[in-house]
Amino acid sequence: MMAGCFNMATEKVPMPERDPKTRARCFEEVATGYTVEQAKEEATRCLHCKAKPCVSGCPVGVEIPAFISAVAQGDFLSAYDVIRNTNSLPAICGRVCPQESQCEGKCVRGKKGEPVGIGRLERFVADYARENGYGGKTEKAPSNGLKVAVVGGGPAGLTCAGDLARMGYQVTIFEAFQVAGGVLMYGIPEFRLPKEIVQQEIQTLKDMGVEIQPNMVIGKILSVDELMESGYDAVFIGSGAGLPRFMNIPGEALVGVCSANEYLTRINLMHGYDENYATPVIQSKAVAVVGGGNVAMDAARSALRMGAEHVYIVYRRSEAEMPARLEEVHHAKEEGVEFQNLCNPVEVLGDENGRVNGLKCVRMELGEPDESGRRRPVVIPNSEFVLEVDTVIMAIGTSPNPLISSTTDGLDTNKWGCLVVSEDMATTKAKVYAGGDAVTGAATVILAMGAGKTAAASIDEVLRGEK
Amino acid sequence: MFQIVERKQLNEAVVMVKIHAPLIAKKVMPGQFIIFRLDEFGERVPLTVADYDREGGTITLIFQIVGNTTRQFSQLKAGDSILDLVGPLGVPTKLPEGTKSVCVIGGGVGCAIAYPQAKHLHELGIQVDTIVGFRNKDIVILEEEFRACSDNLILCTDDGSYGMHGFVTNALQEQLEQGKKYDVVIAIGPVPMMKFVCKTTEPYQIQTIVSLNPVMVDGTGMCGGCRVTVGGKIRYACVDGPDFDGHQVDFDELMRRNGTYREQESHVCNLKKGVR
Repeated sequence: MMAGCFNMATEKVPMPERDPKTRARCFEEVATGYTVEQAKEEATRCLHCKAKPCVSGCPVGVEIPAFISAVAQGDFLSAYDVIRNTNSLPAICGRVCPQESQCEGKCVRGKKGEPVGIGRLERFVADYARENGYGGKTEKAPSNGLKVAVVGGGPAGLTCAGDLARMGYQVTIFEAFQVAGGVLMYGIPEFRLPKEIVQQEIQTLKDMGVEIQPNMVIGKILSVDELMESGYDAVFIGSGAGLPRFMNIPGEALVGVCSANEYLTRINLMHGYDENYATPVIQSKAVAVVGGGNVAMDAARSALRMGAEHVYIVYRRSEAEMPARLEEVHHAKEEGVEFQNLCNPVEVLGDENGRVNGLKCVRMELGEPDESGRRRPVVIPNSEFVLEVDTVIMAIGTSPNPLISSTTDGLDTNKWGCLVVSEDMATTKAKVYAGGDAVTGAATVILAMGAGKTAAASIDEVLRGEK
Repeated sequence: MFQIVERKQLNEAVVMVKIHAPLIAKKVMPGQFIIFRLDEFGERVPLTVADYDREGGTITLIFQIVGNTTRQFSQLKAGDSILDLVGPLGVPTKLPEGTKSVCVIGGGVGCAIAYPQAKHLHELGIQVDTIVGFRNKDIVILEEEFRACSDNLILCTDDGSYGMHGFVTNALQEQLEQGKKYDVVIAIGPVPMMKFVCKTTEPYQIQTIVSLNPVMVDGTGMCGGCRVTVGGKIRYACVDGPDFDGHQVDFDELMRRNGTYREQESHVCNLKKGVR
């Protein structure tokens, strides 16, 4: 491309968004996506540098400059094919990847101004293809007669299944819930990631021949060994990190305290916000969400949409240490979530009926850095105060589910309950691979996808070598 | 889809269904539960499995009509299907080694879950005394089934309209005072009943197993909704239970937590009742 065509604007073309006041009370998607013109304009900000640092920042290695170049030329369907070559779930990644710490974090344009809006462009391309009924040119190898079982239909499992199907394997996903998608269905809210889009991406995998068996809790209905005995040549475990943590403070058993997992699952997977569905959700006037990650932001913003008048984020460090994406924090603030930073709960208070009526907290200040490198929060003496809330949602992290490791011989876990794997995602049990949160503990969608991809390549190498 | 192969009304509020679910039927053990969802708009509801037929590939569920979902379920007939069925979940009932005599206690619809316990123990050659309690004669269920697998069956009704007049705890107290020795008592029924059975056995130091059915979404340890305090520690009924040592369970907390969604459930149920 000629230098004269570059768009040297230092900022990204802004993402169109719904008005904060309106959107904070409904579950419609917050960001509405680029138009064709906006996408082309943003695409011309890419300098097509030789080193392609963006690609090295992508856990699934999307050929970013190539797809952006197609967008700039208005050839959106070719752009889609480029992305789909390495990424099975582009409409999802375009929405929920932390691009600022991955592809965009490495973009040379970011040295002076904002990086190229790679995530926004990926989303645009995926949405364009979907809206135009384009499923992509999937180059699928002929069937090789080998079968792989994938345990868990979340980002890791879906990616692993997609890659293996493309290589000619017969793949079955065993999903514990009634529908595949994992955290994309139960955790991330509709207003950030519409569920219809998740299901359409999963449909493209089914179209490639991936079979999905819902309502199958592996470790209970079938063991990993039974899967192997029934004819699967390898097993991939992507069962996620589903066990919610609580703080172990007094009052956590009161009515009105729940995990973010429970709150979000009722709302997202079980459609608790839609009156046509039977699932009940706690009705709250004032909510405290404990935690500072993306899940905390999702729970807080969902609570607003469920009708709460006040929603507080209670986080023990300062905003600078918050693990949530900047964009999520920014959106939460715009919508009216109130931040109580440097604040730590010490007790949940209840009324005579055992229902929550307050959250006793202490103020914190930052001391010396701890082992995570972040400054350790220290309690300020005599700083106790009570937040008047009727609901407390704990969003302080999750651990891997022991259902599979506890029912499978030869599968080693570390002290946090995470499955132990080698660099190629092989577990300590022959022909059994694992990836995603089940291995790392709670992390991101795209890291899980990267692990699923690596595992698919390893499985292929081992099984093909045997043939 | 999971097809209902048989449906029977056991009393005016309790229904039995046999469902074709061969994989679950092959694995399930007494004490374990399933989660069902009737249709796309349905909630996920946990139910302990009442019986199973490994060869025939069916499991039996017995439930009381308490809300909208169970009412809808009760209206299905043999040949109809439900959308989702997942299980077996939870851990099977574990008895201490060398158990020779057990008293199985069931209260109301809890008898549906007490029954497979009694049957299983009987098949293992263990001495089984059964105490079952109902409000009145009209709602007695599974009497013949219990009789067939019990060495000694005591049936009581709250109003004395059938069998012994009184609560299961009165009957149990009587047995213990008469010098009956049990290695284990298994109590399944309404939370207050389980609480008072545990109070009754405590002075005799008889291990008492209770089966809990708290609020739950996924049944795999993910939501934490089913957390109960057992021996001062948080345990999840779905993965650590649903059976627990009854002498350690905080029943009052469980009763409160079970009421978390009561207002909304009765609201939904009234609303839809009007429409249907």
